[in-house]
Amino acid sequence: MSQHTPDAHADHGSVGSYVTGFILSVILTVIPFGLVMTEALDKVATIWIFVIMAIVQIAVHLKYFLHLSFVTEEGKLNTFTFLFSALIIVLVVGLSIWIIYASNAMMMG
Amino acid sequence: MTTSAMTHGAHGHDAGHSHDDHHHDTSSTTLFGFWVYLMTDCLLFASVFATYAVLFMNTAGGPSGHDIFELDYVLVETFALLFSSITYGFAMISGHKGNKQATLTWMMVTFALGAVFIGMEINEFHHLIAEGFGPDRSAFLTSFFSLVGMHGCHVTAGLIWMIVLMLEVKNRGLQPRTMTRLGCLSLFWHFLDIVWICVFTVVYLMGAV
Repeated sequence: MSQHTPDAHADHGSVGSYVTGFILSVILTVIPFGLVMTEALDKVATIWIFVIMAIVQIAVHLKYFLHLSFVTEEGKLNTFTFLFSALIIVLVVGLSIWIIYASNAMMMG
Repeated sequence: MTTSAMTHGAHGHDAGHSHDDHHHDTSSTTLFGFWVYLMTDCLLFASVFATYAVLFMNTAGGPSGHDIFELDYVLVETFALLFSSITYGFAMISGHKGNKQATLTWMMVTFALGAVFIGMEINEFHHLIAEGFGPDRSAFLTSFFSLVGMHGCHVTAGLIWMIVLMLEVKNRGLQPRTMTRLGCLSLFWHFLDIVWICVFTVVYLMGAV
């Protein structure tokens, strides 16, 4: 029972968890913008860093702002719904790009 | 036996009316239903992102992202939205504590930051159209305006919703029903911030690199 209390509290967040999420988001926003503005790395490396930073920042938002979790009952329900949607999104976006660019390459070739 | 059952019942009843109780049956069902709606909205955005990814190179002799995006401007927009996320979080925390005035104040701050974001976006669109780079210029600009504009429409809807809820909190206080509605707007608002992460990464950063 006593183990439930922090979870129930974390469910709608505390000032601390929001501030943590916010600080992480600021860092994860400033780094990619800084990379483009300073042109510190080559193009391919920069794009990979963008993608990684974006995915990490989305995870940070989901955990600290939207309170998704694998622990609480409600958090679990929302998390699995999200994971299913994420799968569909990867299919829709990934396959669209694959099909169109492949057919484009064939038309040009 | 009877006594303990009664005590338990009385306790459960009492807990049902306290401020901290958000595990109310209808409340959690409503929030989950709203979450499912947001996931379908995700798919809508995903389709438009796919469209953008397919069309962004087709500039028809017009400008590319590299020519028209001003990253420092977008960075300010991003921070306005990011700040509004944390201030809305503070509004929710104040709401759960039952502090009506603090909730209203944080909601007003959130509204102001959201309005700054939308104002800046409209200004950006206005400049682009005035320079002749409107959505009719090229496939790239059509998909750019569709994607960024759709996110902007969502934020605008969120701002209108926020006005309605501020009036509700002001007039009726922080009843469980109002808290559920605030919870739905919370999900909506943080969700839009996540979509914006994808927008600034895919559109602005990758366009400018």
